[in-house]
Amino acid sequence: MKEIVILSGKGGTGKTSIAASLAALADSKVIADCDVDAADLHLLLRPAVTEQHEFWSGHVAFIYTDKCTECGLCQEKCRFEAISQFTVDPVACEGCGFCARICPVNAITMHEVMSGHWFLSTTKYGSLVHARLGIAQENSGKLVALVRQQARELAKTQSTDFIICDGPPGIGCPVISSLSGADLALLVTEPTLSGIHDLKRIIDVCHHFAVPAMVCINKFDINEDNSRDIAAFCQNVNVPVAAKIPYHNSVTEAMVKGVPIVEYCHNELTEGVEQIWCRIQNTISN
Amino acid sequence: MLISVASGKGGTGKTLIATSLALALKDYNRVRILDCDVEEPNDQILLKPVITGEAPVNVLMPEINEAKCSHCGICARVCAYHAIVVLDKQVLTFPQLCHGCGACTYLCPEKAIKEVPRETGIVQWGNADQLSFAQGILTIGEAMTPPVIRQLKTCSTSDDIIIRDVPPGTSCPVVESVKGSDYCLLVTEPTPFGLNDLTLAVEMIKTLGIPCGVIINRSGKNDASLEEYCEKEGIPVLLKIPLDMDIARAYSLGTPMVKAQPQWKNRFRQLYENIQRTLIERNRYSQR
Repeated sequence: MKEIVILSGKGGTGKTSIAASLAALADSKVIADCDVDAADLHLLLRPAVTEQHEFWSGHVAFIYTDKCTECGLCQEKCRFEAISQFTVDPVACEGCGFCARICPVNAITMHEVMSGHWFLSTTKYGSLVHARLGIAQENSGKLVALVRQQARELAKTQSTDFIICDGPPGIGCPVISSLSGADLALLVTEPTLSGIHDLKRIIDVCHHFAVPAMVCINKFDINEDNSRDIAAFCQNVNVPVAAKIPYHNSVTEAMVKGVPIVEYCHNELTEGVEQIWCRIQNTISN
Repeated sequence: MLISVASGKGGTGKTLIATSLALALKDYNRVRILDCDVEEPNDQILLKPVITGEAPVNVLMPEINEAKCSHCGICARVCAYHAIVVLDKQVLTFPQLCHGCGACTYLCPEKAIKEVPRETGIVQWGNADQLSFAQGILTIGEAMTPPVIRQLKTCSTSDDIIIRDVPPGTSCPVVESVKGSDYCLLVTEPTPFGLNDLTLAVEMIKTLGIPCGVIINRSGKNDASLEEYCEKEGIPVLLKIPLDMDIARAYSLGTPMVKAQPQWKNRFRQLYENIQRTLIERNRYSQR
């Protein structure tokens, strides 16, 4: 079983549209949406949720005002500026528990926090594991790790060949959590200077975690000079370009319909996506 | 005045709008732009600032003095992040997991732990014409963005207007970036993804109690469901930027929108005045 994660560095380059299409093209797979704080894959795959679970993770401090002597030690020691006027700001609190341990009158307890939900669903294309991080919650990395673990278990019981993960933008905590230990990262970029800058950083992250990468240049015709620069850069750093895909309104149309683009129409764009899937299969089987 | 430019969904045009708003206002006010998207900072690409200074972002992490350590295991027990493992004769630390809370150091009965700085990123500052600029850059392979964002936020002191370009999403880096703002601009696009992620961003902003308004980027014939949603939530749509290949192409070359199409300068100034009026009215209302 091989795990393929779709990342981009920059947001809005087309990760989810491509992930949904790969999910439709692959024969034997489990699908995972690892963008837990702005999940969109369900809008294209239309899952029927079969299981819903709470995600309890981390703690937040709570001060019992009747016990508190207002000595101020907790406030002084908190590194996250989460305590003022002898009350805790649950958004700023990182749940370290330092305050609860040092309070001389034991007026502080740590409450477990429900940080979101995760779901097992069935879709027309196969099983989907997805999640929703609670509003303004931490621990997105842990929730991503949980989604991936569930996807792996499911892939094992269903003996599927692939796990296809739609990843989050950026290079930080949830990205690292989506990427580490994956078999291949498909990096979706666009030919803007921002896209190129962000692609370079996510390639560095892939190298850092020793995950092989492959690039898809999306909307390549928006700026063909930049697209050539991206291809040249990729060649220099030995990262293959799997396909160049043109800009097309059909992407938004398919989104409005709520279907993967490869099921919506057949054009240059969908040929590009099919080419990516071929390249991924070839690369992974080698 | 502190304005954040955020969006649930990535790639909706936060950077495009934050930079153009800053450039439109800089002739009249002392303006600073802070690029809080420390994972992928892109404001520099459009503004081409001259960097005049930088400082490392350090988080404190424990260093164990094995000579003093009795291997009692208290440090490992008090660490909420499992960043310390105590073996029979050795203590292992996992720097990437450490949040730098300081509990282990304070609670070690042998005083065998010292906190040492570990660099996880840098903060840079400088100028682009008369616009003050600062950005944070997370080091490759590091997971935790909030310390970089926290330090970046200390860069703004004597400015009239501070514009923070916020990372995508709705979780901790976004909250850290938006916190303390007077107003939040939420940038979206008229697609199902845009609407879905806008609703998440609105919930987050409401939790933080920050007034907000929406900008529809790549606006066109599909705006209706976004507008309906905004009306239902009582959130004003402050600006629409049409789907325009010239703007997209200029952005792809790193040219800010107000430089490619100067007529937008006025629209951005009006947007600012609009926000100002909203805040004055809100203030008056809350004093009553």
